[in-house]
Amino acid sequence: MKRRDFVQMAGLGAGAMMLPSVPIFGNNISAGQLLIPGMDVAIKKQMADVALNTARSLGATYADARIGRYLNQYVFTREDKVQNVTNTESFGIGIRVIANGTWGFASTNSVTPDGIKLATEQALAIAKANSKIQKEPVQLAPVVGHGEITWKTPIVKDFKEVPVSEKVDLLLSANAAAMENGANFVNSALFMINEQKYFASTDGSYIDQDIHRIWPTIRVTAIDKSKGNFKTRQGLGAPMGLGYEYMDAKAIDKVEGPGGVKLYRNSYDMVEDAIDSAKQAKEKLTAKSVDPGKYDLVLEPNHLGLTIHESVGHPLELDRVLGYEANYAGTSFATIDKWKTKKFEYGSDVVNLVADKTQVGSLGAVGYDDEGVKCKEWDLVRNGVLVNYQAIRDQVHMLDQNESHGCCYSQSWNDVQFQRMANVSLEPGKEKYSVHDMIKDVEKGIYIAGRGSYSIDQQRYNFQFGGTIFYEIKNGEIVGMLEDVAYQSNTKEFWNSCAKICDKDDYRFMGTFFDGKGQPSQVSAVSHGSSTTRFNGVNVINTGRNI
Amino acid sequence: MAIYSKEEARKIMEKALSFSKSDACEVNLDGSESGNIRYARNSVSTAGHRSNQTLVVQANFGKKVGTATIDEFDDASLEKVVRRAEELAKLSPENPEFMDPMEPQEYLESKTFIEATANVKPEDRTQVAADSIEPAIAKDVTAAGFLNDSNNFSAMMNSKGLFAYNRSTNAEFTITMRTNDGTGSGWATRDANDFEKLNAKEASLIAIDKAVMSKEAKAIEPGKYTVILEPAASVQLLGNMFRSFNARTADEGRSFMSKEGGGTKLGEKIVDERVNLWTDPQHSEVPSSTWSGNGLPRKKMDFLKGGVVKNLFYSRFWAKEKGVDPVPFPSNGIMDGGDTSLEDMIKSTKRGILVTRLWYIRNVDPQTLLYTGLTRDGTFFIEDGKIKHPVKNFRFNESPIIMLNNLETLGKQVRIDGNLIPYMKIRDFTFTSLSDAV
Repeated sequence: MKRRDFVQMAGLGAGAMMLPSVPIFGNNISAGQLLIPGMDVAIKKQMADVALNTARSLGATYADARIGRYLNQYVFTREDKVQNVTNTESFGIGIRVIANGTWGFASTNSVTPDGIKLATEQALAIAKANSKIQKEPVQLAPVVGHGEITWKTPIVKDFKEVPVSEKVDLLLSANAAAMENGANFVNSALFMINEQKYFASTDGSYIDQDIHRIWPTIRVTAIDKSKGNFKTRQGLGAPMGLGYEYMDAKAIDKVEGPGGVKLYRNSYDMVEDAIDSAKQAKEKLTAKSVDPGKYDLVLEPNHLGLTIHESVGHPLELDRVLGYEANYAGTSFATIDKWKTKKFEYGSDVVNLVADKTQVGSLGAVGYDDEGVKCKEWDLVRNGVLVNYQAIRDQVHMLDQNESHGCCYSQSWNDVQFQRMANVSLEPGKEKYSVHDMIKDVEKGIYIAGRGSYSIDQQRYNFQFGGTIFYEIKNGEIVGMLEDVAYQSNTKEFWNSCAKICDKDDYRFMGTFFDGKGQPSQVSAVSHGSSTTRFNGVNVINTGRNI
Repeated sequence: MAIYSKEEARKIMEKALSFSKSDACEVNLDGSESGNIRYARNSVSTAGHRSNQTLVVQANFGKKVGTATIDEFDDASLEKVVRRAEELAKLSPENPEFMDPMEPQEYLESKTFIEATANVKPEDRTQVAADSIEPAIAKDVTAAGFLNDSNNFSAMMNSKGLFAYNRSTNAEFTITMRTNDGTGSGWATRDANDFEKLNAKEASLIAIDKAVMSKEAKAIEPGKYTVILEPAASVQLLGNMFRSFNARTADEGRSFMSKEGGGTKLGEKIVDERVNLWTDPQHSEVPSSTWSGNGLPRKKMDFLKGGVVKNLFYSRFWAKEKGVDPVPFPSNGIMDGGDTSLEDMIKSTKRGILVTRLWYIRNVDPQTLLYTGLTRDGTFFIEDGKIKHPVKNFRFNESPIIMLNNLETLGKQVRIDGNLIPYMKIRDFTFTSLSDAV
């Protein structure tokens, strides 16, 4: 109950659970101003060179400069009302240096030669001051200078060029569809982000990137006033590294799941999902309360992604393994000694987990990370065995490796970059196998779709997950909806209970748009791909209570 | 310099309002200077200083509202930001819930600013880190900590003549100590408006003791246990409950405060009669701002008295809909304690668990306020009035409403995250599984 939480949540109360905690960066501008081009790339190079040259002249052995322009547009509605439309712009430069083997960082919104010189001097002063108590001098893995290059998220429709009225109409149509189908309340929102990032370093890279992300959300509430009960059902769309074309509702990207659940791949039908949300929220009011016990779980990708995020993505971040996050997010059970055995069985032998910063449509896809490393794909778990971590330039030497994994990120020009999670995904099964085949093979199980409540311990052993919708499976068939379902397991036990994975035709992304880490905390966005997957004999509890 | 005096702030805001051409205009001016130090592996990892100041202008034409922000305050910039807010207002759809700016209000005196905190230097922060790291090394443990201190001001003014100003300081410290064999972990937190009262050194020593005491924890069966919750263990559950005291969601039927058949639980007893939960912005130990961000005066107010719901929060819009006075969201939570010391709570416990903190707390069911999470950094088994041994961490699934109905004993209050929370002994607290995490 920190004071700032009080302030942040003020006036929202329980309603706040309907809106994510949203960081708002930068100054408000009009939607039209989003379209004004930023600083010319030739000027950016000149400005970055001011930082690099100043740093060198003051004794830095390495320096990088990130000139960032961050454009956000958020639209919030409830029922038939527009609650807020926010357009923001944030522009500035962050300069990071190494002096006396120690990092220093400073930033400024004054992107002028004088402003940049001053900030560079501050970064050097911090590095030199902190070097007095430095015990482990920075060792950077080598990087080849890339020269002057550009990279762009391959989008079809830039959200900045789509009129706000079109977005408002879409959200209000979805809300109206939900209300017509029995919803008592509905909240919907669109989050759209464009990062225009320019990176330069003393290694000889000048990298200009244009990155887009989008996240539509909808949350429907159905109420039984006579009993004082209410249930919510949130949308089954995902945040994506795509343009506004994600909202085009293309039939080719629709997937029919068990129990008539409609799921979405690279295009989202928000109105259709709103109708289903309303119908299913009402159905949840009278659904059977689960009998606790062991079940075979059939987990849909939009659900499984969060379990991958918490039980694989985070524990395999090297800074956590080493103790740098001990006072906040925690450490990790996946210690270096386990990895060194080359035999640590993270999961069953069908489990292959990969980190990947290049997948098209994913939130984490960029050409180069925030320290100029070309992005790539690499294995974390192969045939069930732990084979690698996620690490950046100043960490990989601790793994006796000499190439950064390219997963360094900062949420803005104003914050220092550090190791963040890559897209971490479960490879699909190699044999032809659909979700309907999978359901047929389950005797006593539960099919879970969509994300719900989540909690995991500080070393990532014990976790508990809920979901959005649950269907009981008996003798190979879906027999009806369940409520009050949560499963508890242990990371190693859970991934070793992984029995079967559907093929690539079922592969989809889920994502998290505002993942928090560090002190002071920074957000990042990351996707997790998977196909529907079966886990045998998982402990399910009943979360129903009377108060 | 990001900190403006009352008169400097007034002058900037008056100038901004002088450019207004909209039906009404409201401006908020905030600034802060903050410094931090972060350490891990017994070494400083990052240190930083942040300075920011922002003027937010809200202009409205009828119920069409626009907001614009700026961080430069010369006349040209002020005029630019007001014009921009007005342009955005004209482009906006009508917001039927928009409320016109308020008439001038009377505010209580604020006690949130302490000069010593405003004068904290980088060396003071380094000393806090050294006071953790040196004793840690001596006891074969590893320190990881974070200190943040801030010097802030907030001001607001509107075209109806309302003016409010507040200065505040704050310091927050958290420390984790882990034994070098990886089997023990301890944690402590402190926060204060006055840096000199933070006592980070004492917190570091407590965390070291807890780390050493929690080495080689034994597993015991999960289930329902009597627990002694340190204030850091209950504060988040209580905060989550407090944040749900929202009149609108209760009236709408989508809150644990909603009643069967409609209406709210206002006036009903929902927890043990010894539970009193209230707010007081002028409380000497947890002072906070005497006005909310939209200008509503904050004052002492009961939310639970004798276990009965006494008040819910009403936004200005919802208060008008319901014909009542608005109730701003409180800036602190105070729960009355009792006389029993921690030692006496332990002595009177036949079989129970002492919990340092609960972590990764997430809502499982908003209907019943059921939350899940885990114990962390110091969990101990009590038998026959004595701490017997450390135990492995548990996952819990519990509702603060059920917890406060199962209240056994109240202990002394402690300041935590700007709130005042007592030690509590609770019976039948539900642990549902074991965790191997240290």
